[in-house]
Amino acid sequence: MLQRLRGPNLSFILGSLAFFVVVQILISTGLLNPYWQNILFWGAAMTMVSLGLNLIYGFNGQFSLGQFGFYAIGAYASADITYRWVRNDPSALVVVIFGSILALIFMLGISAFLRRFYGVATLTKFLFNLLAAVLGFFLAVRFINPAIGQPLYQALNGLPQGISQQIVFFLALVGGATLAGIVSYLFGIPVLELGSDYLGIATLGFTIIVKVLLDNTDTLLPFPEMKGARGMVGIPKWTTWPWVFVCFMAVVLVMRNLLHSSTGRAILSVREDERAAELVGINTASTKILAFVVGSVFAGLAGGIRAHDMAFLHPTMFGFLPSFNPLIIIVFGGLGSMTGTIITGFFWIFLLEGLLRLYLPEGFETWRFVVYPLVLLGMMLLRPQGLMGRYEIAFLRRPLPSLRVVKETPPTPAVAPKAEEVAV
Amino acid sequence: MRGRPENLSPEVEARPVVLEIEGLTHYFDSLRAVSNFSVTIKEGELVGLIGPNGAGKTTVFNLITGVYRPTAGSIRYDGAQLVGLPSHEIIQMGIARTFQNIRLFANLTVLDNVLIAYHPHSGYGLADSIFRSRRFREREKVMIERSQEFLEIFGLADRQNDIAGSLPYGLQRRLEIARALATQPRLLLLDEPAAGMNPQEIDQLMELIQFIRERFQLTIFLVEHRMRLVMNICEWITVMDFGEIIARGKPEEVRGDPKVIEAYLGRQAIR
Repeated sequence: MLQRLRGPNLSFILGSLAFFVVVQILISTGLLNPYWQNILFWGAAMTMVSLGLNLIYGFNGQFSLGQFGFYAIGAYASADITYRWVRNDPSALVVVIFGSILALIFMLGISAFLRRFYGVATLTKFLFNLLAAVLGFFLAVRFINPAIGQPLYQALNGLPQGISQQIVFFLALVGGATLAGIVSYLFGIPVLELGSDYLGIATLGFTIIVKVLLDNTDTLLPFPEMKGARGMVGIPKWTTWPWVFVCFMAVVLVMRNLLHSSTGRAILSVREDERAAELVGINTASTKILAFVVGSVFAGLAGGIRAHDMAFLHPTMFGFLPSFNPLIIIVFGGLGSMTGTIITGFFWIFLLEGLLRLYLPEGFETWRFVVYPLVLLGMMLLRPQGLMGRYEIAFLRRPLPSLRVVKETPPTPAVAPKAEEVAV
Repeated sequence: MRGRPENLSPEVEARPVVLEIEGLTHYFDSLRAVSNFSVTIKEGELVGLIGPNGAGKTTVFNLITGVYRPTAGSIRYDGAQLVGLPSHEIIQMGIARTFQNIRLFANLTVLDNVLIAYHPHSGYGLADSIFRSRRFREREKVMIERSQEFLEIFGLADRQNDIAGSLPYGLQRRLEIARALATQPRLLLLDEPAAGMNPQEIDQLMELIQFIRERFQLTIFLVEHRMRLVMNICEWITVMDFGEIIARGKPEEVRGDPKVIEAYLGRQAIR
């Protein structure tokens, strides 16, 4: 165990733990005031969203503008869970958690069933999965919630307040992320069949649909507590630095381990040449959906973190213009570089919300939107591959296996000439 | 039997059928690319498919591997119908192919290119990779070792960590064949493997094809332009022109067939 923790892995873990402790001390002693704390948490959330998008676009090559839609879904879903919980209503928690579980079970069943047929049309697949998900949530609303809602509330409230709050917050984050994942899976089935430009348009449409629905949560959708375009207030402010740190590290580790596996290589091969990947036996359709869903789950998780940090949600936070932030961050940091995304993710929020707001003269905030296109323009002209290109720090770099040591002389065929001979 | 020359040795004829294509027809809109194409390939054979540019050779390969769905006809591999299956399932059944214009994963390393072809045989799941389970480590080690063996066979072992796109052309061809073989096929489809090679390189390629054929006990079906290669290694040849089969037979027979000469050189050449 310890042997595997040497070198870059150990220094990365120690380094991030040290960072965690330092920031925690700064927060506890009040040296890091709430404003900068907010920017740090915001930066972490935005980086998680961007890492998800980098998985989808930078590593899997699928140009998506839908990331903020999933961010919004995660934010509103988890906010609704805790909002209702602190008002003695466990229904959102029960419905999201148990509905998601049922929906996942049903969708797995449907997928296993459809796999027995060849040439199932995409639309059929989509409709079956949609029905499965709807059925799952319907059952949760209709039967599970009345049955176990109150007992669960009693049981959890029986625990000390601090503990039950942490459990509910955890479930809210998981629920928001899972819901984002389920929606992205349903949306991904028909849409990922499209080529890259069309995928971009379709996913942009998705972000706009989510925004419009959020504007009308109290009229079109049955969620009066979200208050539509007036903005959702009264969300408990539960996000703390340990939660941010744990979620952020979970995203980084899951993404790293996924990318450094056989599945990760399959994801990369789809970016390189989709047809060739299909013709070496890779199921490109499911590989694309996998990357899309994992990326969206990251966004949903970030949404939960952000919602409970702000304690306030408004549909314009997920509108058209801000939805380009993750794209800007990953292009800036380097498509296909986790290191680049992490650096620029924090830097971007720091620049926009910290530096340009605080240190420019009064009334200069509006200039932010002149400054940042200029920064982007300069970037694209001077370093089009992004800040980091595809560079990764040692911990995040894909391992290069060492050359194989041959024990006995292999039966080298006469037909395998040395590399130099073939090189023309 | 349909789709085969008459005069092959009885020893070959007794072997089991690997690939059986019957009445294969494909239209691109109203353009008939392949018309009533039939071929039957038995185990261990090395069969060539030749014809002038635009004759429909590559389309036949694309139909076999499920890139296109044929308008009509049947393709059977080991008795199983391939028409309608998605490409990756056809590949996983044991058919591998290379491309006329090399299609490597150009920004990935040489070793990664081969490892990706091993993905369907990786033997571990998503949870294994995320939690770095014991199975992940063991299987990953096995995969890397087997891929490195492949690279050794193809003389690419010392370049395993180079970026595939940076290899010289001849090595890229080799790597593409190595990648195809890593899918563990029984039937290998080579689409113009000698394109862009000089005669000396073609000789090396011929030796390589013969070698992998014996080493991996492959049945090989190849599309080629270069007569030097086709005439030397193929056991028998099918000739296409304008989507139709115009001749079929052993290399020396096909070479003298007036229809083939006409297709390649034009009517003038016969007079």
